[in-house]
Amino acid sequence: MTTTVTERQDSAGAPPGTGSRKLTERVFRIRESGIIVVFVVFVAVTTAVKPSFLDEQNIQFLLINTTVFALLALGETIVVISRNVDLSIGSVLGLSAYVSASLFGSHHVGVPVAFAVGLGIGLACGVANGLMVAIGRVPSLVVTLATLYIVRGVDILIVGGNQVNAQTLPDAFTQIPRATVFGVPYLAIAIAVVIGIGAYYLRSFRSGRELYAIGSNPEAARLAAIPVGRRVFTAFAVSGAIAGLAGVLWAAQYQTIDSSAGTGYELTVISAVVVGGVAIFGGSGSAVGAAVGALLLSSINSALNVLGISPLWLEAISGFLLLLAITLDRVISLRLQAALRRRSSGVGT
Amino acid sequence: MTAGASDRETPSADGSQPRPGASAPPPAAPAPSPGAAPTPSPARASAAPGTPVPAHPVLALRHAAKSFGAVRAVIDGTIELYAGEAHALLGENGAGKSTIVKILAGVHQPDSGEVLIDGAPVTLHGPAAAQDAGIAVIYQEPTLFPDLSVAENIFMGRQPLVAGRRIDRRRMLADSAALFRRLGVRLDPGRICRGLSIADQQIVEIAKALSLDARVIVMDEPTAALSAAEVDRLFEVVRALREGRAAVLFISHRLEEVFEICQRVTVMRDGRHVLSSELAGLTADDLVRAMVGRQMAERTAGERSAPGELVLRVEHLTREGVFTDVSLDVRAGEIVALAGLVGSGRSEVARAVFGIDRYDAGRVLLRGRELRRASPAAAMASGIGFVPEDRRQQGLVMDMSVQQNVALASLARLRKGGLVRAAAERAFTTDWAVRLNLKYGRLSDPVFQLSGGNQQKVVLAKWLGRQPALLIVDEPTRGIDIATKAEVHRLLVRLAGDGVAILMISSELPEVLHVGDRILVMREGRLTAEFGHEEATEEKIMAAATGQPQERAS
Repeated sequence: MTTTVTERQDSAGAPPGTGSRKLTERVFRIRESGIIVVFVVFVAVTTAVKPSFLDEQNIQFLLINTTVFALLALGETIVVISRNVDLSIGSVLGLSAYVSASLFGSHHVGVPVAFAVGLGIGLACGVANGLMVAIGRVPSLVVTLATLYIVRGVDILIVGGNQVNAQTLPDAFTQIPRATVFGVPYLAIAIAVVIGIGAYYLRSFRSGRELYAIGSNPEAARLAAIPVGRRVFTAFAVSGAIAGLAGVLWAAQYQTIDSSAGTGYELTVISAVVVGGVAIFGGSGSAVGAAVGALLLSSINSALNVLGISPLWLEAISGFLLLLAITLDRVISLRLQAALRRRSSGVGT
Repeated sequence: MTAGASDRETPSADGSQPRPGASAPPPAAPAPSPGAAPTPSPARASAAPGTPVPAHPVLALRHAAKSFGAVRAVIDGTIELYAGEAHALLGENGAGKSTIVKILAGVHQPDSGEVLIDGAPVTLHGPAAAQDAGIAVIYQEPTLFPDLSVAENIFMGRQPLVAGRRIDRRRMLADSAALFRRLGVRLDPGRICRGLSIADQQIVEIAKALSLDARVIVMDEPTAALSAAEVDRLFEVVRALREGRAAVLFISHRLEEVFEICQRVTVMRDGRHVLSSELAGLTADDLVRAMVGRQMAERTAGERSAPGELVLRVEHLTREGVFTDVSLDVRAGEIVALAGLVGSGRSEVARAVFGIDRYDAGRVLLRGRELRRASPAAAMASGIGFVPEDRRQQGLVMDMSVQQNVALASLARLRKGGLVRAAAERAFTTDWAVRLNLKYGRLSDPVFQLSGGNQQKVVLAKWLGRQPALLIVDEPTRGIDIATKAEVHRLLVRLAGDGVAILMISSELPEVLHVGDRILVMREGRLTAEFGHEEATEEKIMAAATGQPQERAS
């Protein structure tokens, strides 16, 4: 997370401007700072009730549980920012997890090969989604709903009643999520770096900004000569590749994979993205926010565990949080609009 | 993508327009002093010795045609733009100006005819191709990204970069600030665009076009929302652009602006090119005659009945930031026209009266009884009909049949035992189709097959079937051909004669002047003037709508 934190401070230290600049800057940051505040308060309260929440082991556990989740949130963020949605990631993750992990048992491949295969599967699915959305001009909701079922169907056909078991997996593979440095899992650091790169890309590269532009006003994006189709295609390809990669990591973490791996996970990821302040109709939000959203959702899971509350509450609480995030988002944007409206009508003429 | 660039140096193959003394001007040719020397034109190439005469127009459109479905938006689009000139494109609403703009912008490809750059035919496959060919466009309706900053809006896709192809934010902000200084406006480049006033949005658009350093700049009604001071600044910029040998295509409904800034003019009417000429020597009357083609028929006073009882009273209606303290009356048999610029809040007032939008203060009374806020059902029940601005989106169910659309608002009357009787629906629709002279194939045809004018008649029939006490019509003739337009006008006058109170919103001044018994003018959310039919003139209305002193408008 360190890279991404300095990243935010960079933007905060941008040249000082007039009042309206500060206002918008503040509101811009509210999108993420709101979720960060919620997260901090949540951790503080839980720790006050049950100090063991911040045990080294629990933190490690939390971080490991969040890695795959936050990685998927990054891919989904890229798609959602462009006013699209990728519902197929849960299925892609499942297929990639099974196929890559089963290679160890059947072909005794090395770890890099498994990653390459998982990545390739994800990329292929993402490319298919992207082609249908960008060239076929079919709404992404429909396309990815279809691929959600198709990919899961393929997964079920391949897996049948089998499953990959832990003992067929090499140690080098299963240790990936467990290796730590100063108590911090390597994998969490690696994912944080990847998210940092993703956030930086979205913030500081033309093609990244063009995704925001497309999500903010697709028609204007076309008029501004932005290659809308190509950008949206790339967003889906990246999202797919990330889902494929996440599948391999999922296999390393859970080690027992059947045909139901990752079922329904896309909605959890979209929740995290929205809770993290990414506007569901595109145009605004950040990869860092989405990552914190994922962290918050998985720490709720962990807190329920620590507090001895039945995990059956998890889904209901996640749902409430989602409503809260959306309400907050709506209130902020209405306030902002009213404020800007008053401001411009005061300054105008 | 590169068609424009690669063809730029190619000499024209068609051999057209040989002009005495014609020679291609070097890019750095001395600029004619703005305003003084007449600009080169094919008609009078020798009129201004010392002024370099370009061999070819920088950008030309020849006999372009473009249809959308059954609607022929442009039948013969012909225009030539020369370096260093500001060229006016005039025509009534619906004459095809905006379609021409979109063809030049690469958004639409003409069905026939050709686009020429430096005399060589090119195909502008898309906005990117037009941009590469050096054409920048300021659209009538701002096309901004509301979630992004002003600076990003200006430089989207062309942001200044530093090492590693990263965006140089600091320079982008500085460059934007420099553009705003050039335009003489104070606008914070770092704020997001959401919430900007229409005028400020237009300024962002202008800054965007300037940042392109284009050879041709198309301005589609850039001044519609600007204040007088902002217009003056814009004109200085246009003059500077001309000195820099850029061509400016300028579209405006304000003829005095055209005379102030342009050297040549092209007039379009009903999708056809009717006139291209030097402006010098022409009068405003000449241009209006060319645009309208004939005098608008004067309406006969005999058709009018004296206004009757008060039907609609709006008191101090306010919706924060949208419109403020709007009070108006409409009487039975009276047509009240609500004029003003796009974005002045006219449609929003109408929507609030009909209950589509909430209002924060004030009240609406129909025949003395206060209407419930934000309830279109209540408005309909008390006898208001509403013909919205956007008939495709809001006025019709495009996939449903003519019959179903006409009957839609009267289903309660056509129902028996909870089921709509098809025979009654049919009889009802036929009756209205005859009365409104509706042209259709079969009543079961979906409405999207009808022409724009006939679609509008379907919307009117839908509401007239309810025998409303008050009919609100928002831009009743937008995108409708002249013949049907006149029919709609006659229909409105006849309805008023039958005692219906009519509140009409229109951006077309001839329509406002022609149809309105009383004319109210809105500017920036407030009512600024009221004129009786006799005293109203285009100039007075424009002055009230733009807030400019009368001398600008004379």
